[in-house]
Amino acid sequence: MAEQERFAEQAMEYMSPLYAAALRMTRNPSDAEDLVQETYLKAYRGFGGFTEGTNLKAWLYRILTNTYINTYRAKKRRPDETELDEVEDLYLYRRLGGLEAANRGRSAEDELMDTFTETEVKLAIEALPEQFRLAVILADVEGFSYKEIAKILDVPIGTVMSRLHRGRKNLQKQLYSFASDRGLLPTEDPVVEQVET
Amino acid sequence: MGKIDCERAIYELYQFLDGELSVERRTMIQVHLDQCSHCLPAYHFEAELRMVVTTHCSEVVPDHLKQAIRGILGIEGT
Repeated sequence: MAEQERFAEQAMEYMSPLYAAALRMTRNPSDAEDLVQETYLKAYRGFGGFTEGTNLKAWLYRILTNTYINTYRAKKRRPDETELDEVEDLYLYRRLGGLEAANRGRSAEDELMDTFTETEVKLAIEALPEQFRLAVILADVEGFSYKEIAKILDVPIGTVMSRLHRGRKNLQKQLYSFASDRGLLPTEDPVVEQVET
Repeated sequence: MGKIDCERAIYELYQFLDGELSVERRTMIQVHLDQCSHCLPAYHFEAELRMVVTTHCSEVVPDHLKQAIRGILGIEGT
């Protein structure tokens, strides 16, 4: 019993990040709440299968991700989830990297922080096809290592790296289109189309 | 793995930022960055962007969900 109590206390710590990840996965608060509850239910029932001293956070995320994939994805399967544009490296930097120079005295960090709202960042992640979205959430939002992500998603590390690479570049493209829509870009067209190999 | 030029540095950018390179490789990239006015700002930009993504994605857990999870875990109200 004491063991179960200790597990419960530790598991509580991850409620906020699990909920945030669930929201990005399901894109819907009601589904996200159900998903988090189900994750805790499974974790609580199955905590005997968790080895003390191993990574509790990764274990919880594995349950969350599997539950999401098995339950919610089946409900709303989308066609062509693997289709994703090829986007050049440094997509956003090539377009916005000069922004701070145009605004004297402001650092690049301040500019970037102010350029994108929370809503835009969240929407940009949610716009990614599922397999890329999951990788980006686990790496960039939750800070898991490639190895941990490979284990959570049950794919090879090389696959994790490739999904992150493509997912992140597409995220940049989406962010750029938000900035562009809001007219946040310098007026003199800074976009130099270049084809990189 | 070979010598670091700009192409190589940009290719390994994500692994660098993700902390997934060996110490030796990381140092080689760092040496390149210290002397390269092309790659260094690009690395800074990507690192800052990562921070923006991370910090802009937090959520507040609704009280009723907290209660429900406490219930599931058998924890009495705080």
